[in-house]
Amino acid sequence: MASTETHVPQSPAPPGEAQNGPKPKEQTQPTAQEHSQPTIKEQSHPTAKEQPHPTPREQAHPTDLAGLEAGLDALDNTGTTPRTPLTHTLRTKALPPLVAVALVLALWQLAFALELKPHYQLPSPLMVWNALAEEWYKGTILGIVWQSVSRGALGFLVALAVGTPLGLLVARVGPVRAAIGPILSGLQSLPSVAWVPAAIIWFGLTDATIYAVVLLGAVPSIANGLVSGVDRIDPLHLRAGKVLGATGLTGVRHVLLPAALPGYIAGLKQGWAFSWRSLMAAELIATSPELGAGLGQLLETGRSYQDMPLVLGAILLILVVGIGIELLIFAPVERRVLRHRGLLR
Amino acid sequence: MTATTTQTKTPTAIIKNVSKTFGHQQVLDNITLTLTPGEFVTLLGASGCGKSTLLNLAAGLDSPTHGTIEVPGGRPALMFQEHALFPWLTAGRNIELALKLRGLPKADRTQEAERLLELVRLKGAYGKRVHELSGGMRQRVALARALAQDSQLLLMDEPFAALDAITRDVLHEELTRIWSETNVSVLFVTHNVREAVRLAQRVVLLSSRPGRIAREWEVDIPHPRRIEDADVAGLSVEITEQLRGEIRRHGQH
Repeated sequence: MASTETHVPQSPAPPGEAQNGPKPKEQTQPTAQEHSQPTIKEQSHPTAKEQPHPTPREQAHPTDLAGLEAGLDALDNTGTTPRTPLTHTLRTKALPPLVAVALVLALWQLAFALELKPHYQLPSPLMVWNALAEEWYKGTILGIVWQSVSRGALGFLVALAVGTPLGLLVARVGPVRAAIGPILSGLQSLPSVAWVPAAIIWFGLTDATIYAVVLLGAVPSIANGLVSGVDRIDPLHLRAGKVLGATGLTGVRHVLLPAALPGYIAGLKQGWAFSWRSLMAAELIATSPELGAGLGQLLETGRSYQDMPLVLGAILLILVVGIGIELLIFAPVERRVLRHRGLLR
Repeated sequence: MTATTTQTKTPTAIIKNVSKTFGHQQVLDNITLTLTPGEFVTLLGASGCGKSTLLNLAAGLDSPTHGTIEVPGGRPALMFQEHALFPWLTAGRNIELALKLRGLPKADRTQEAERLLELVRLKGAYGKRVHELSGGMRQRVALARALAQDSQLLLMDEPFAALDAITRDVLHEELTRIWSETNVSVLFVTHNVREAVRLAQRVVLLSSRPGRIAREWEVDIPHPRRIEDADVAGLSVEITEQLRGEIRRHGQH
């Protein structure tokens, strides 16, 4: 990419600015005593102001510059990284957790075989599996899982609708932040199971109790996630938004929210975890026929019948649902957002 | 939007007796500067001269302590040293957002964004993510986004300072070309004397702490200019001498 012509042949200059080189224009120089008065005279350079734009000559070799620029761009382009082959992904991403699960099962089986605890207290993996299979054949298990998942999802969505504007207010309005910011952080460290007795006293054994506990668990973490997302926005992006005219709600919609998205999604993930946890706590404690049967109630049923395989089976289901929703919904969304921003390869 | 033809006589920026104080620190002292339509002015100064502060004031991001700033052509465009492109949007969408905020109807946006990308010679970069572009390409997209505001005044805050010398040189040429094609007024802040002379019709030297206009030069060197030109070098030497004089005064007290 050698620039062959260092000097573009110059066409004759217009009469006003013949080849007389630089013409420094003297200004009154500021001195100490000139503090109070304007330091420069008004401009009076008619020739400069009417100086034509250099259109014809600057474009003498437009293709030269275009070619040079294309070359620079090509040199800068490091190329896209090839997709990693599927076998490699499976080996590095899927194999380790499978091995870990197999190891845990093996240790569990070993503990069972050695009879570290009586079998009614420590059943084997197979016994737990059979307990779940029995529930499956009774035809109740899907209904139980759905009961909890739908409650969790609805609670999460309501928490989202409450937590998002709350987070925005705390993040952007100084007095609001000073007033409830610390309370919001404090609520996040309060185990939401602590709200169950209060909720039962307020709402009785109804769905309202369960949703109240879920909201009190999830809203603070969603709001706090958004606050920390907003706090970590590059101030330059906010300035750029202002310069482009994105102010008020337009600014929130086009700059503030998208810029805060990575932190917000982290908050949503945590909000879901808190929703799910609070829901299980509420279902476990607030059991009544009107409330229907969720996973928490299944756990409580197992306890009351001293049915350890069922208890462990219910715990496994709670775990699988929690991890499944994280892996199927939140992880892909988060990866996509981060990859678009070049924060993840 | 096309008021340029009817307002040729109205200056694009009128900065009158502007001073700015942060706390007890005076940053700008009595700056008076007028830009005519299509004029290219560079503001030159050492650190602490308040160059960027002056641009922020002109952009309306801050207001002066004393004096007035008028920008008759509406909200000026501002380009930063860092590209300041939104990483959650593609190059094309970044430009389209500027078009949307300027009020361009949705139907025209994609076409206009593509035209602007072609203007900065980035045809085909529409769908590229910001992190997929090189530093020079990002600044060109940022320039296209600034131009998308269709403002008569373009403020540039050391836009090429973070680029390598080869890319910077090419972008000087690009900027001159685009400026000549669009008739926009440019107020360009830099601490690079040669860059200032290479680009401008008028170089304004600011002294530091507080920033005051120390001196101005008309640059009558014909285009096309190169940063290596003897004329550019000659004037640069003279301006550098003056700049050093300004800096030395600070060592004396």
